[in-house]
Amino acid sequence: MEQLLTTCLYDRHISLNAQMSPFGGFMMPIQYSSITNEHIAVRTRAGMFDVSHMGEMFVSGPDAEKFVNHIFSNDIRGMHPGKVLYGMMLYPQGTVVDDLLVYKEFEAGHFLLVVNASNISKDYDWICSQAEGYDVKVGNASAVWGEIALQGPLAEKLAVEALGLDKVRELGFYTYAEMEWKGDRMIVSRTGYTGEDGFEIYCSHKAICEIWDILLEAGVEPCGLGCRDTLRFEAGLPLYGHELSDTITPVEAGLGMFVKLDKDEFIGKDAVAAQKAAGISRKLVGIELDDKAIPRAGYPVESDGVQVGTVTTGYRSISTDRSVCVAMLDRPFTELGTKVEVRIRKKTFPGTVCRKRFYETHYKK
Amino acid sequence: MNRTMEGLLYSESHEWVKVEGEIALIGITDFAQNALGDLSYVDMPEVDDEVSQGEEFGAVESVKAASDLISPVSGTVVEINGELEDNPELLNQDAFANWIIKVSISDKVELDALMDAKQYEEFCQNE
Repeated sequence: MEQLLTTCLYDRHISLNAQMSPFGGFMMPIQYSSITNEHIAVRTRAGMFDVSHMGEMFVSGPDAEKFVNHIFSNDIRGMHPGKVLYGMMLYPQGTVVDDLLVYKEFEAGHFLLVVNASNISKDYDWICSQAEGYDVKVGNASAVWGEIALQGPLAEKLAVEALGLDKVRELGFYTYAEMEWKGDRMIVSRTGYTGEDGFEIYCSHKAICEIWDILLEAGVEPCGLGCRDTLRFEAGLPLYGHELSDTITPVEAGLGMFVKLDKDEFIGKDAVAAQKAAGISRKLVGIELDDKAIPRAGYPVESDGVQVGTVTTGYRSISTDRSVCVAMLDRPFTELGTKVEVRIRKKTFPGTVCRKRFYETHYKK
Repeated sequence: MNRTMEGLLYSESHEWVKVEGEIALIGITDFAQNALGDLSYVDMPEVDDEVSQGEEFGAVESVKAASDLISPVSGTVVEINGELEDNPELLNQDAFANWIIKVSISDKVELDALMDAKQYEEFCQNE
């Protein structure tokens, strides 16, 4: 068995009595007080997440822009320095290597790619394997960067008042600023994975530990991966391995807007274009159940006793108290308002196809 | 700390049984509710359903996962605790005060296979 990694905040999680569990190759906190409390803290005040398990890869060199645009589904041409873009890396057949954020750095020809923890080595190998013929340098700095996500309506106030990061006030959604923490390089972006306003703070391990302590002292709720999942789910954000994978395409996942087919070329372009032209046979949708039974990942979705899809993520939504899920359904069952049934253990429960965002997001534009 | 309650019988899958004559009240232990976290749904059988010792009869669901309920006795369901349909968090508040189902016991010899409070406490030390 592969040895589990720990983040720089591991000792703090233990001293806070967090329930720890393996995730993406790391031993991570699932919850501290309770998933519900932590979820509500982020929706109404502010919470912080140790997301140091996320991967950071730096791409630089004369061909950096051309190369990143070759492996990335979104279009980074004309991107302003300090801008952040969401998109995916695709396989030639159009399925997903990973979803990621690309940061265009202020130094010309420098990009930061932030990827999922569970995919760090796969992504690094993939990126390196595609770099032949491009004059670029690719560095995997995941082990030396820590990261905290500070999320919630009070995130800006806390970043300014508790951390002294006045510059965050000027940050628009999906932009970042270069800062310093006691001489260490610090990257702060107005991004997140909760559907609330907030920031993702990248810095050295030592700095991340200091920032964690200050935020904890300021009353910010420490939040585990449990509520990170309930929050991102309500906001309609995908999780690799559930809504995205190496067998799911962005079009099927409803993320076609992050695949720019007007780019000259990128890996997966032909496959996605062909799928768009031919039409998809299945699509991710939301389902709201009439009953309180809770749909979970992997449960079958049926129509007249025949399976027409599978749940990818499901919960009793903490914010709306409704049993809801995201599911990959065959067409034509994907039409809004279609009646379907979710098989939960021995019984089936009726539900209605709906949009896959269950909570109105509160991003700062 | 996980509490146990004297006078109840316990299963290795963390259900408790309170025997009242021919009827068994069945619930989950404090250890179980603590391990599961905030409960958001209790999936219960229907009255007149048959349950068997060691077999699944429903599920308790926390925010993050479903966990099967395993019957500690065999028999027929005579009552379900309807209050849990709207208030599953009662199990978090006091797991021993809130039974889930009542079963008419078909074979009392089966009770010998269950643990008493002291044995269960020791069992939990190793969980």
